Amino acid sequence: MVKELKSPVRIVLENCGKINPESIEEYIAQGGYKAVNRVLQEMKPEEVINEIKASGLQGRGGAAFPTGLKWEFTSRAKDTPRYIICNADEGEPGTFKDRPILEGDPHKIIEGMIIAGYAVGAHYGYIYIRGEYILSINRFQKALEQAEEHRFLGEDILESGFNFQIEIHQGAGSYVCGEETALMDSIEGKRGNPRFKPPFPPSSGLWKKPTVINNVETLANIAPIILKGADWFRGFGTKECPGTKVYAVSGHVKEVGVVEAPMGITLRKIINEYAGGMRQGKFKMAQVGGTAGAILGEDMLDVSLDYASLKRKGLVLGSGAILVMDETTCCVDMLKCFLNFFKRECCGKCVPGRIGTEKLLEITTSISQGKGKEDDIDLILQTAKVMQKASLCALGQSPILPISTILKYFKEEFIEHIKGRCPTGVCKI
Amino acid sequence: MKLRDKEKDVIALLSEAQRESKHNYITEEKLKLIAQEAGLSYSEVYGVATFYSLFSLKPRGEYIIRVCDSGPCHLMGSRSIFEVLEEELKIKVGETTPDGKFTLEETSCLGICDEAPAMMINEKVYGNLTPQEIKKILKRLREKKW
Repeated sequence: MVKELKSPVRIVLENCGKINPESIEEYIAQGGYKAVNRVLQEMKPEEVINEIKASGLQGRGGAAFPTGLKWEFTSRAKDTPRYIICNADEGEPGTFKDRPILEGDPHKIIEGMIIAGYAVGAHYGYIYIRGEYILSINRFQKALEQAEEHRFLGEDILESGFNFQIEIHQGAGSYVCGEETALMDSIEGKRGNPRFKPPFPPSSGLWKKPTVINNVETLANIAPIILKGADWFRGFGTKECPGTKVYAVSGHVKEVGVVEAPMGITLRKIINEYAGGMRQGKFKMAQVGGTAGAILGEDMLDVSLDYASLKRKGLVLGSGAILVMDETTCCVDMLKCFLNFFKRECCGKCVPGRIGTEKLLEITTSISQGKGKEDDIDLILQTAKVMQKASLCALGQSPILPISTILKYFKEEFIEHIKGRCPTGVCKI
Repeated sequence: MKLRDKEKDVIALLSEAQRESKHNYITEEKLKLIAQEAGLSYSEVYGVATFYSLFSLKPRGEYIIRVCDSGPCHLMGSRSIFEVLEEELKIKVGETTPDGKFTLEETSCLGICDEAPAMMINEKVYGNLTPQEIKKILKRLREKKW
């Protein structure tokens, strides 16, 4: 089980750890599948879409696209069949916020997918679960069987005339497959290379058909919104980013784990109130949003951790991963680790991604060995900037963010390495 | 109702072929067979098989040890985990022990950062690793019959 810190609000994680995830009866006893019932018996598809639009729910995978709008675009696409995909390919380093839902409350995801299917007129759904999440796959499979037995899936669901079925697709080890178009290619049985966009999935997605692709956490918000209403949902979080977020906290804090909190909570509050403070040393920096995310220094401890506030500062909330690092951490060593990740996971389709990730790692490694040159720092920045402009997908466009932000705070440490000394003693020079 | 033709799902076929193999890999013969079944060229299927990190075209050990070296695990000491494993198994990352028992691999984030540093051995997750813990795990696996 994923460790959960003491969450101040529980919408998404409501049932996690509270019910037996392998029992549909327990889920139903908590009000489960009531939302599906309401939608199928009392609401028109447009009404469902309008409710989700009114709630202001945004995609929790990191892109923060308004969910209701995505559904509306797909519902208006002319082509059929349409598909629903749940993106459960959680692979951004430091992110383990979908796993508690997959392992602890799989029916909530199924419920969200059925409602999405009804809203956009889709009869088929896929959930793409990364191959390493063995327990999630097993639990989800069991949940699907139970939902079919209880006639929440299949033909003529609850005598409404609506048909919907879900299939699991297991990932086979690839970070890029978390990118929506790469994920679709992967379901189609191909290499998971990102596609050129546009067209976007609502008009041309899986097998070039109109497709809604939503993150696990996004879909877990659907049933509660249907049952309690958009206004209730807007009572949490900020005006621009309503609802809660599941933050995944790791690194040098006393308590690591996930915490569900209203959108807009501060980093200071997460570290001090929920993660029990720093483990021993003093706070040096935190990376927010995973390896593709920005480095936040002490001056950012009180910034509101929601999509809109961070975007205004040129930063991202991403998946909501928070990696906290204390003063014993070496910046060059960590950047090398981040860049090694990008290099390993790059699919190689576009040149900026393929060559860029390789070069960034090469230069940073040489700095970490004390072999760097003075203009190497500019070279890293320039390379990452070109990649940001010219790469095909987010993997190649992302390194600029951790690089530029880590250099903003700790350029001196890089210069020290070039001069032949690692201030923290981590790098062997 | 059927979502799609299972026989033509290359990734599922590759997974199955690897599961059936005693040495955790996909043989060239199998690749050719899968290409035929799926109605694709050999190069296309080869392209898919080499794209995903869970697939291997080289024979591997009975136990595949996959150690995470992404941000959170790196911060919590995954380098020392690699060192202990390399020393104990007398192999480097990417290699298999001569007795065919263990393969050591480096992996990207496994999503178990709440237990960093972490690794997977086949389908089992091991978290909060220490050098002592690693030695215990290896001892247990070594003593297991083939």
